[in-house]
Amino acid sequence: MSEENLTLAKVHDVADPMNAIREKVRACMQCGTCTGSCANSFAMDYTPRQLWRMVQLGLTDELFNSKTFSLCSSCYYCTLRCPRGLPLTEAIHGLKQLAVARGIAEKKGSCFYRTFVETVRRYGRVREMELMARYFLSMKSPILPLSFTPLGMKLMLKGKVSPEMPKLSGPGKLDAIFRKVEQVEGSS
Amino acid sequence: MKYFYYSGCSLEGTALEYNISTQAMMRALGIELLELEDWTCCGASAAETISDLLSLVLPARNLALAEQMDMDCDFLIPCSACYLNLRKVDERAKREDGLLDKINEVLGEEGLGYQGGIKSRHLLDVIVTDIGSEMIRSHVKRELSGLRVALYYGCQALRPYGGYDDPEKPRCMEPVIEALGAEVHDWTMGAKCCGAGLMTTKKEVAIELTSSLLEAAKGADCIATVCPMCQMNLDSYQKMASKVKQENLSISVLYLPQLIGMAFGLGEEDLKLGLNMAYTDSLKAKLAECRVGTTPQ
Repeated sequence: MSEENLTLAKVHDVADPMNAIREKVRACMQCGTCTGSCANSFAMDYTPRQLWRMVQLGLTDELFNSKTFSLCSSCYYCTLRCPRGLPLTEAIHGLKQLAVARGIAEKKGSCFYRTFVETVRRYGRVREMELMARYFLSMKSPILPLSFTPLGMKLMLKGKVSPEMPKLSGPGKLDAIFRKVEQVEGSS
Repeated sequence: MKYFYYSGCSLEGTALEYNISTQAMMRALGIELLELEDWTCCGASAAETISDLLSLVLPARNLALAEQMDMDCDFLIPCSACYLNLRKVDERAKREDGLLDKINEVLGEEGLGYQGGIKSRHLLDVIVTDIGSEMIRSHVKRELSGLRVALYYGCQALRPYGGYDDPEKPRCMEPVIEALGAEVHDWTMGAKCCGAGLMTTKKEVAIELTSSLLEAAKGADCIATVCPMCQMNLDSYQKMASKVKQENLSISVLYLPQLIGMAFGLGEEDLKLGLNMAYTDSLKAKLAECRVGTTPQ
């Protein structure tokens, strides 16, 4: 497949998930209960209520340029309280997945989550110290680790994390499962 | 009583004291925990940002391992995020046709399969529903009298999948705390969010949330939690939170099984209070006052 076709295929792939998200919030009546319940709305550029309207209207560019969905901490208050019973937290997860798939997710969030999932594929379980070290490496920021250093030192002193970094080479514990997930999702 | 025990990744690292104290508390109560040898990560809150199917397959793999053992036990899960993920498999399979088939198509790669139906339950649910405050009271050897505890439930122990308490205003820990001889701190923050994973990706936002929680906990001798993420966020960033609110917000943040174990008279090898980041001198002094060897009426 040529590079152009590959790009087209990617765009096509993500067109469907957007519809699925729109379907989840189609019945939103803009009451704002979600915004009033959101722990992090104070830090958002658009409120959750506004975000759902943008999804309904297909304002995809504006939506993915906003910080709103990356600020969701999955507290599920909006899902609990939505008078229409809409799966709003799930809809946010859908938007996060799309942002990662399109390569437009915020660097910090996507680097962290990708590193996390990669550690799981390789070892089956998460090794916290290694996760953070690899996250810092992937961010290529010399300053970022500093804000976590005091905590890391304390954790090491308490023997809760180990400073060793196992090799990433060689087959991963959950390779087969990860391969199959990609295959099944790619074909549906 | 017997349960499959899913400790999860955090309880092998940063929340080691939660793991050790939970197992010790269960031993003291005569409850058997069966750990699955080959368990793997539930996907935490990371898998769901990458792929929906992966976020279901990862927890389902553990349920499939338990199903293979062919025993009539519930899954007991101390971590709120693990609990949410494991329970999500059955909750979503119930309402989405063909989802379990899709999950099993992937699990088949490892020769595994999951028929569904294993009950995934949060440790808090098991403590308040199956064990209950009366059984706990009967094991108390050292009343925690005079100790005021802020009860912190967090989010995912009760939302979206609860069923054992009110997800808006949870109160189920109160009879347990009273059975230990301790008092309940009066606050309205028990079910509010600690910022969760935002502490890594958007620290300034998460610090706002934790500092408000710590501020509201003033007047309590300690905070009791049932989630490794909540504990970490409240326990490990108290200096930053104190800076935001411009007052000293240091307070001990203990796991509920640590508190219960203390009242059971368990020792440091079972409680691991030395592993908590903040185990304040004021709490130590308060605990020294608690009577030893008395059983509450």
